[in-house]
This record gives sequence, structure tokens and C-alpha cells, in this order.
Amino acid sequence: MALTGLEIFKMLPKTNCKECGQPTCLAFAMQLAAGKTSLDKCPHASDQAKEALGAASAPPIALVRIGAGEQVLEIGNETVLFRHDKRFEHPPGIAVTVRDDLPPGEIEARVAGINGLSFDRVGQMQCVDLVAVENSSGDPVTFAAAVKTVRGKTNLGLVLMSENTDAMAAALAEVGSAKPLIYAATSENYETMAALAKQYDTALAVKAESLTVLADLVNKVTAIGVKQLVLDTGTREANQVLADQTQLRRQALKRFRPFGYPGITFATDPDPVQRVLDAGVYIAKYAGIVVLDTADPADILPLITIRMNIYTDPQKPIAVEPKVYEIGAVTPQSPVFVTTNFSLTYFCVAGDVEASRVPSYILTVDTDGTSVLTAWAAGKFTPEKIAAALSDSGAAEKVAHRKVIIPGGVAVLSGKLQELSGWEVMVGPRESAGIPAFLKQFWH
Amino acid sequence: MPVTIAKERWSSKCLETVLGTGSKQVKVGGDCTLPFLHFEGEIPNPPVAALEVLDAPPQEWPDFLSALYEGVLGDPAAWAKKCVEYGADLVALRLTRIHPDGENASPEEAARVAASVAEAVDVPLIVLGCGVEEKDAAVLPEVASALSGKNCLLGCATQENYKSIVAGCIANGHAVIASSPLDINLAKQLNILITEMNLEPERIVIDPSIGALGYGIEYAYSIIERMRTGALMGDRMLAMPVILLVGQEAWKTKEARTPDAPDWGEQKKRAILWEVMTATGLIHAGGHIAVVRHPESLRHIKGHIAQMMQPQRY
Repeated sequence: MALTGLEIFKMLPKTNCKECGQPTCLAFAMQLAAGKTSLDKCPHASDQAKEALGAASAPPIALVRIGAGEQVLEIGNETVLFRHDKRFEHPPGIAVTVRDDLPPGEIEARVAGINGLSFDRVGQMQCVDLVAVENSSGDPVTFAAAVKTVRGKTNLGLVLMSENTDAMAAALAEVGSAKPLIYAATSENYETMAALAKQYDTALAVKAESLTVLADLVNKVTAIGVKQLVLDTGTREANQVLADQTQLRRQALKRFRPFGYPGITFATDPDPVQRVLDAGVYIAKYAGIVVLDTADPADILPLITIRMNIYTDPQKPIAVEPKVYEIGAVTPQSPVFVTTNFSLTYFCVAGDVEASRVPSYILTVDTDGTSVLTAWAAGKFTPEKIAAALSDSGAAEKVAHRKVIIPGGVAVLSGKLQELSGWEVMVGPRESAGIPAFLKQFWH
Repeated sequence: MPVTIAKERWSSKCLETVLGTGSKQVKVGGDCTLPFLHFEGEIPNPPVAALEVLDAPPQEWPDFLSALYEGVLGDPAAWAKKCVEYGADLVALRLTRIHPDGENASPEEAARVAASVAEAVDVPLIVLGCGVEEKDAAVLPEVASALSGKNCLLGCATQENYKSIVAGCIANGHAVIASSPLDINLAKQLNILITEMNLEPERIVIDPSIGALGYGIEYAYSIIERMRTGALMGDRMLAMPVILLVGQEAWKTKEARTPDAPDWGEQKKRAILWEVMTATGLIHAGGHIAVVRHPESLRHIKGHIAQMMQPQRY
């Protein structure tokens, strides 16, 4: 828990020596509490104060890295229970399972399918992060061979799923340099698993049947010297997973050290739709990794989308550069759409213009990254601003006509805009999804 | 190392709203904690799901959705019965014909349709206007009167048109949907204005405005979460149950409308998941009533809620 200014003040020398650059110790304490300065500015702070303040400023949840090279997944370092309190920092890894007892050809096909789970969403490529290889065969040799096959086919990070220490050792001998996540250390095998994690310098998942046993096991593993941990509370029923993930996050934020690591969850409901829904809940509610058994893009697309939405920084509107965008092979006869520079708005319009197969220009007006109706209500999407954007953006030089299409939701602007800009104003559909039909009907 | 379960001590709880009459009455709200955290407080009523009925055959629904209502698309009362067969907890009648840009049907005609639907089913009825504030202000009081005593949920009342709608609800014993544009302060302000007309706060359901998954769902997610924590900390003007108008948002998305594609998967599966995950995502933020269109969506949402209502181990 972060300390308040007054709590920090009590630990300072209270001499008001000003050497830290602040007029008083109290002012310095307030700056520290706000995270605007650091304790090393105070030359007289006691070791006791340094220790107390250092522990308070360490992140409540460790940052854990899985994988090597360009595809390293970073999870953890979360600081809040609700995204509106600040933001969620590191989107959870989505892991798709592969059984080791499949024939090698099927393993390769499955991995190729997982590699293909990559989607362009509002201009960002979003993909699955991890391949989780299950030691379904129970056999170390089969497991090591399967893990090697998977590694040969993907750059994604790996989760090695076996509680058999021989199988884990054999698999790590093949892919240890790829820094996979070892899943999992249990009460029975933790000494060997922790030793393997140390040997290969990889992250280690710790699995137990209850929160109390888990806390004990984490302490045993950290005592051995493994600090990159991922926690599994052992539950698989969605109602209990929600409770457990909530406990892990709350306890971590209360500085209960054994739970200061990201959690791993498994969506295993026998119903394929419920499985995806559960995975969606775990993404929203604190999981660091979500593992599930589907490589169907129809299942993965909603998960990747909810992850992106929930992990959007609520304090920062996402905007695109206000300018003229060209969609397709435009000509001087191409239509000109005008919208706001809220990225979601722009990418919806761009996607639907693309779907219409009519090459077009899209002019985005700077509305501080707000949507059409919000910007209109706030006076940021006015006839004056649109007219100015039409003349200043170079749109007029790009086309031979003088027709501009505005969003249907702000049809009320058309008269004034026409008057100010001299362009003929066409009122487009209210929703961008109507653009293909609109162009078909009104643009010749 | 014993772990003490971390529980918040909330000072208050959500308001409980009762809709409908008789054995199929539905209670929503009354939660004493965050969604599905049974270890922390009582959740007396599970979230519920409604299916949407239009007063005219839908123009823009994909065939695989319309096909499930084949034979009843021109008959709202028969359509509503079909929804009950599909397991809907409530039926949401949407009055599309009253839209001034379309047929511009009269308030009397809308009231007649609403009454015929109410007569046909025993589950609670939600009636949604066309979204044109003036027209809804004229139509919904007429509907309220035709449905007098049926304890329906009528909306959407906005800051511009709430007076006549709320008056109609008070006079005829209905609850009202108070709708605000993704803004928690405006939502609270509208609730205050409505209660100042002497409608009990328990007779208000909040529509915070939502976006579908991928289309700004995170704004509604956080507003609903803030409403819930506000309610639990004692703010009665944020404590009303929350309605999620999911179908109208989910079915206009590109993800629901794009045909089968190798890198996006099968359309039907994708579209249903889009509707369902928009609903469940927001139910986990604190939503109480999800209004959807596909019967399979309804089934999946109810299945998920049933699982989440199972007791927890501590």
C-alpha cells in the first residue's frame, strides 16, 4: 500500500535543511507521496526510512517475463483493482494448448493455426502470445519431442505443462534457451522444478489446491531463489476462479508478499462457448495468463478484443493524426469522407470504406480524440472546424470535385458547413457500417 | 501460512427493482457486493436476460438470426411468445414503427401493439421507444396507460423527455429506464430529476449507453463499475439496477456482419459470441438486465450466469 505524505514525513529527519530542494521536510514528503521526487534527494534519511519507503515503492505485483528474443511476454506490475483507478498495465497472455500425444504432423498444423491468430484492430496487430504444450502422454520422450516440434514452428513463447520432473527436464534440454514458462511446481515436485527454473533462468508457475497451501509453496520456492513466479490457485470452475483471482489481486495490493505475482487461469468448461466466456472474464478480472483449448479465430477474436478494450488506458483518449487519409487507389474523382480523429471512429470508417471497395479519402478533424457525437456535443466538431480542415488539409488539391460526406449523426451541420466551405455537403449514414450501401446508392 | 480472505465492508447495497406480475415476476438488483463475489456479500437476484421483439419485420438482421423467428416476424405477440419459449426472462418490445422518418405510427397504434404483446406473455415486458426523444415522449405515456397495472419497464427516458414518460409510469405503476450518454454524472443527475417527480428510486433502471465489444465497451464497463462501487458505498442515486441494450449494438458491428472468412472464422459463431461477450463482459462490471436478439446468446448468457451464481469455497 502506498504511504501517505504524513506517514513519510514521520520517517524524515524533520530538520527542514532544504538540501533536497524543497522548502520543508513536509513539502518533500508530499512530493514523495505523489511520486514526483525520490528519497535519494534527502542526504540525511535514515537507513530505516530508506528500507520502509523502498518496500512501499516496490511494485505490489512482480513483472514476469516469458519467452526470449522479440516475442517476450511481460505480465504483472499491476497496481489497481479497477481500471478507472489508474489503468491496467500489462495485458494478460493468451495461451492456446497443444497435446503432445498428437502425431507430429497434427502438432505442426495446430501450431500453424495458432501462429495465424493475429488480428489488425484499430491499427494495432494483436495476437495470441503463448503455445501451451500439454504432457498428455505422460511420457518424457514424447513431451520433449513435441516441445521441440512446436519450437521449430513458432516464435511465440511456450508454456511447458507437466508435473513430471523428468518430462520437464527433457523438454527444457530442448527449448530451455527459449525461456518457457515451467508449469507447474506443486507440493510434491517443487524442489526439482525450482532447481530447473534456476538452471534455465525461466519463470515458474506454482500450483496448489488452496490459497493457504499456495502461499506456503510460494515461500518455499522463493526461499530456493526463484523470483519469477506465476500463481495457479488450482481451481477451474469460473465462479471460484473469479473469487481466487480477486483474492490474489487484493492480497497483492495489500502487500501480502506471497501473492505478489501474476496469476495463471485455465478456461476448461466442456461447453466451447462457455469456455470462451470464462476466458473473457479472467482477462477482465486480473489474470496474468489465460490458457484455453481452441485455435478457432471466431473464439480468439472476441478475447483479443476484450483484452485490448479493458487494458486501454482510461486516462488517455486514443487519437489518430488529423489529416487526409487515402484508402485504396484514389483518384481526383474519389469521395471525401470527414470524421473525427478518435482512433476507434477513424478505424471504423476506414474499415467500412475499405469494405465498400470504393477508393476514398478520409479527412479526420482534430477533436482531441473524441467520437463524432461527443465531439459535436462538446463543440469540437463544428462547421467552422470542418471547413478549416477542408481548406488547410490539402483535401481540395487532391480532388477535382467539391463534395464532402459527413456522418449522419451530425446532419444538422450540413447547411452551415456548405455555406462556410463552399463544398456540397452530403449526409452519410449514422453508422459507418452503412457506408458501402450509401456509396452504392449515392456515389456515381 | 494462513491466508485471511480479503473482504470489503461495503456500507450499502444496490436497490432492488421488481418487474412484472404473478409467478413470472422478475427481481433485479439488491446486490450487497461486486458482481459474483459471493464470499463478500449476498447477491439475492441473479442478472437476467431479455429477448428483443420488433413491431415490424427487421430490416437489417442477418438471415440466420431472422430465421429463428420465422413465421412470427410480422406478429409481435406471436414473436413474444416465441421468445418465452426460447427461455427469455423478459421480453423487450422495440417500437420501430413510430419513427418519424419511417411509418410514423401513432401513439395509439403503438399502445395497441404493446397491449397485444403484454396479453400474449406472462413474463415482464420492457417497451423501448424509437430513440427520437419527442416522439417517445408522446408515445410512451400512451403505452403506459394501455399497460396499466402490468408493472412494465418503459424507456428510454432522457434528460430531454423524461417528464411525460415518468408521469406515465407513475400514473400506471411502471418502472422507467433512465438513459444517459456514457456519463456517470449525467446518469446521476437524471436519476435525481426523476426521483424529484416522486417516482421511487426502486422504480428506475439505468441505461448508461453501451458500446459493443471492440466499439468502446470499456467506457460503459468502467462507468458501470463506478456506479456499482458508488452504490455499495451508499450513493442511492447510482444504486439502481443497470440495463444493457446489447443486441442493438452487437448486431451492427463488422464482426457480426462479416460473412465466414478464414482468418475471422464462421460468421454465426462469431456474431453470437460478439453479442454474448458484450453482455457477459458488462454483467461482470455490474449490469443486471441484458437485452439480446439471438436465442443462443440468451442460452449462453443464462448458462454463464448460472455457473457464476454457484457458491464459492470461502
